[in-house]
Amino acid sequence: MTTAPPTPAPAREETRHGPGRIGRFLRWDAAVGALLVAAFLTGTGTTEGFSDTANLSAALNDTAEVALLALPMTLLVVAGQVDLSVASMLGLSSALAGSLWDAGWSFELIVPLCLVVGLLGGLLNGWLVTRVGLPSLAVTIGTLTLYRGLASVVLGNKAVADFPETYAQWAGNSETVPGTFVPYPIALFCVLAVVAAVVLHSTGFGRALFAVGAQEDAAWFAGIRVKRIKLILFAVSGFMASFAGIVYTLRYGSARADNGLGLELTVVAAVLLGGVDFDGGKGTLGGAVAGVLLIGVLNNLLTLNDISHEIQVIVTGVLLIVSVLTPRVIAVLTARRQRQPAAP
Amino acid sequence: MSKTAPAGADPAPVLALKGVSKSFGSVRALRDISLELRAGESHALAGENGAGKSTLIKTLAGVHRPEAGTVLLDGEPAVFHGPADARDAGIAVIYQEPTLFADLSIAENIFMGRQPRRTLGRIDHAAVHAATGALMERLGVDLDPGRTARGLSIADQQIVEIAKALSFDARVLIMDEPTAALTGSETARLFSVVETLRTEGAAVLFISHRLGEIFDLCRHVTTLRDGQLVASEPLEGLTEDELVRRMVGRDLGELYPKQEARPGGTALTVRRLTREGVFRDVSFDVREGEIVALAGLVGAGRSEVAQAVFGVDRADAGEVRVNGQALRAGSPTAAMRAGLALVPEDRRQLGLVMDASIERNIGLTGLRQLRTRGLVRRAGERARASDWALRLSLKYGRLSDPVGFLSGGNQQKVVLAKWLATEPSVLIVDEPTRGIDVGTKAEVHRLLSSLAADGLAVLMISSDLPEVLGMADRVLVMHEGRLVAEIPRAQADEESVMAAATGRAGSRGEAA
Repeated sequence: MTTAPPTPAPAREETRHGPGRIGRFLRWDAAVGALLVAAFLTGTGTTEGFSDTANLSAALNDTAEVALLALPMTLLVVAGQVDLSVASMLGLSSALAGSLWDAGWSFELIVPLCLVVGLLGGLLNGWLVTRVGLPSLAVTIGTLTLYRGLASVVLGNKAVADFPETYAQWAGNSETVPGTFVPYPIALFCVLAVVAAVVLHSTGFGRALFAVGAQEDAAWFAGIRVKRIKLILFAVSGFMASFAGIVYTLRYGSARADNGLGLELTVVAAVLLGGVDFDGGKGTLGGAVAGVLLIGVLNNLLTLNDISHEIQVIVTGVLLIVSVLTPRVIAVLTARRQRQPAAP
Repeated sequence: MSKTAPAGADPAPVLALKGVSKSFGSVRALRDISLELRAGESHALAGENGAGKSTLIKTLAGVHRPEAGTVLLDGEPAVFHGPADARDAGIAVIYQEPTLFADLSIAENIFMGRQPRRTLGRIDHAAVHAATGALMERLGVDLDPGRTARGLSIADQQIVEIAKALSFDARVLIMDEPTAALTGSETARLFSVVETLRTEGAAVLFISHRLGEIFDLCRHVTTLRDGQLVASEPLEGLTEDELVRRMVGRDLGELYPKQEARPGGTALTVRRLTREGVFRDVSFDVREGEIVALAGLVGAGRSEVAQAVFGVDRADAGEVRVNGQALRAGSPTAAMRAGLALVPEDRRQLGLVMDASIERNIGLTGLRQLRTRGLVRRAGERARASDWALRLSLKYGRLSDPVGFLSGGNQQKVVLAKWLATEPSVLIVDEPTRGIDVGTKAEVHRLLSSLAADGLAVLMISSDLPEVLGMADRVLVMHEGRLVAEIPRAQADEESVMAAATGRAGSRGEAA
C-alpha cells in the first residue's frame, strides 16, 4: 500500500493513529544508516587519509568500548530501562585490574575476577530496580557515583601500566584479524552484535523486551516475567561494562580510576541516535550499531580535519537532539495535517 | 446566607439541566436529561454503573459541554468553558478520592493559589490559618488547619474538600460516591457536615450505590438508565425495591444466547483467598462447562480477586487450584501454564500492548509454543493470529497493524484471541463487554456460551446486571471485599443480586 486515496469521511481510528502509518515509510534507523554511508563517502572524498585501512582500523577501535556497551544498552532502552553506571563500572574494572596487576596477580586470574565484579554490580542495579522498585535512571545515577568512588578507593590516583604484551596487542589496532583491517575487539563486537540482534528480534525474550518497554503492565498481565527480564539485562550490562574496562585498559595500556569518565552519555547518545526510543518499546539493534558507527566516523573525520575535541562534542550533541526531535516533529506535523482532512 | 432552611413551597432551582444530551463517539451517554437542584434540598442521583451518572456530574461541573440542551444557573442559561467557570458559579464537586497536596497543610490546601497576601507578595499565613479555622468551626469539625494533609483519613480529606468548596461560597455541592471508602461512623460525620451546609441553603446532589444512604440523606431522587431519565420523584413513599427496579429493569433479549450448561468436574478452586484491606476469605469453585458470574458494585473487590487468582497481584493468604494443581502465588506465568487465562478489564493498559501489532499481541502469550531452537517462528506467529482472527471474525486491515488501529470491540476480540490461543481450561473475563457496541457484545456472549458448552470453565466479572443474569449459570455476589451470596441461575434476578450487592440482608440467596 503506497498511495492512500483520500476518503471523504476519515476513519476514526486511523486518523488518531496516523503518525504510526507514516512512521512505517520513514524509518529512522534506516535514515541513520544512510547518513552513515553519506558520511563515509563524504569523508573518503574530502579528507585525505580517511579511507586508509590504518585509519579505519584506528577509527573503528576508538569506538570499541562504546560499541560493546551499546549492545546491552540497546536491549535495556528497548525494555524501557537505562544503565548510566556502565562507564563507572568500566572504570572500576580497569582500576581493579590495575591494582591486582600491580600486586602481582596473573592476568589470567584478573580478567575473570573483574568480570565477576561487573556481573555483581549489574545484579545490584537489577536488584534495586526490580526488588526495591526504584526507577533505573535514579538507581544507576546512584551506582554511577558508587562504582566510580570504589574505583578511586581501589586504585587511588595511581596509573598502572605494562600489561602483558600479547593481550595489549590483541586489544590494540596494530594487529588485526588476518586479511582484514578489523581489530580484534571490533571483530568480537561484530559477533556479539549478531547475537544481540538475534536475541532482540528473533527470540521470545526479545519479543518480551519490546512488550515490557512499551507497556510493562500489559506484559506482566500476559504472563511475562518482567522482573527476571530486567534483572538479566542489568546483569549482562554490568558484565559487558567490566569487559569493556579490560579492553579499555589494554588498549590505552593504562589502568586508572577515571578511565572512561562520562562515556555512558556517548553510549546512550549512540543508541538514541540509532532510533531506539528512550520511552521504550521501539528500536532496532541495527539502528543502534549505525548510531555508534556514525558517531565514530564523524569524530574521526573531525579529528583528521584538526577540529578540536570541544567541537566534536558539540556535533554529537546536536546530532542527538536532531535524532530525538525529528521523528516527533514528523509525528506532530502529520497529526496536524490529518486534523484538517478537508483541506484541498 | 440564611441560616434557616426554606420551608413550604419549593424555591426556584439554583442549578438545572434542560434536555441535555451528550455522546462519546457512537456511545450516547446522556439523552434528553432534565434535572433541577434547589437550595436547601438534598437530591440523589441513582443508576447502575454506566447509566450516565458520571457524565451528568461532569456536565454540571463544566468538564463536559452538552451537545444539546442547556445548563440553567438561577434560571438563566449558562455556558461553562471549564471546571473553573463552574466553580466560580458556586458549583463544587467532591469526588470519591480527594486530590489534596499531601505535603501541604490543610489551610494551604484550602487556599491554594489564592492565599491572602501581605506586603511584597508574602503569604499571610496567620490570615490563612484563621480563615481555615473559621471554616472548620462552621462545619462543626475539629481539624487543625496547620497539620499536613498526609495521613488524613479519606473522610477527613473529603471534609477538607468540602471546606474548600465552602471557601468558594459554593451554593451547589455535588458528591460522587463520597462514602465508598468510609466506615459507618465516618459516613455519619460526613452526613452531619452535609446537613449543616444544606440547612444553610446549599443545594446538594448525592450519588451512592448504598441505597440506605440515599434514603437517609435525600428528599428527592432522579434515576438514570442507559443515559436516559427513568424517573425523578420524591423519595417519600418509595421503597428500596422500587428504586432498584427503576435502576435495572429492562428486557433480556437475543443479547444473551445462553446454551444449556452441562457442568463437569471442578476446574478452578479458590479457598480462603485474602488480600488485606481489599478482600477477605473468598472461596468458590468453577466447574468445567459452567459460566459463573462474579457480581457486585464497583469497589467490592471483584477485579482484585480475579487478579490475585491469576497471580498478577499476590494474595496474603489462601489457595488457588487449577484442575487440582495448586498454583504458586504471585506468578501469572505459572497460572498461564496451569491453564488459567485472564482477560482484564482495562484492555488499553493491561490487556494489550497498544503500539504493537495484532500478531505480536496474540503471539505474546505463546512465546514458548512458537519457538523452534530458541527462535520465534514468524510464520507460526502469523498463523496463530490469522487463525484466531478468523474464528472471532476480527475486522482488521493487516495483522501487522498496531492494535491501536482497531475499534474497542475488535481490540477486545484480540485480547480474547490472545488468551484463547493458550487453550486455557479456565477463562476469567473481567467486564468482557464494557465499552463495546451491542453487535460485538452479542458476539462475545455467543463465544463465551459456546466455549462453555465445549467444556471451558468461565468466571465472568460484570457490572452489567442483564449480562450477569443472561449469561451466568451461577451468580456469586461480592460486597465490600467479601463473598456474600451464591445464587443459582433459576433464582437470580435483579432484585436478589442487587440486594446482595448493596449489602441488604434477607435476600433469597444463601451465603456462600
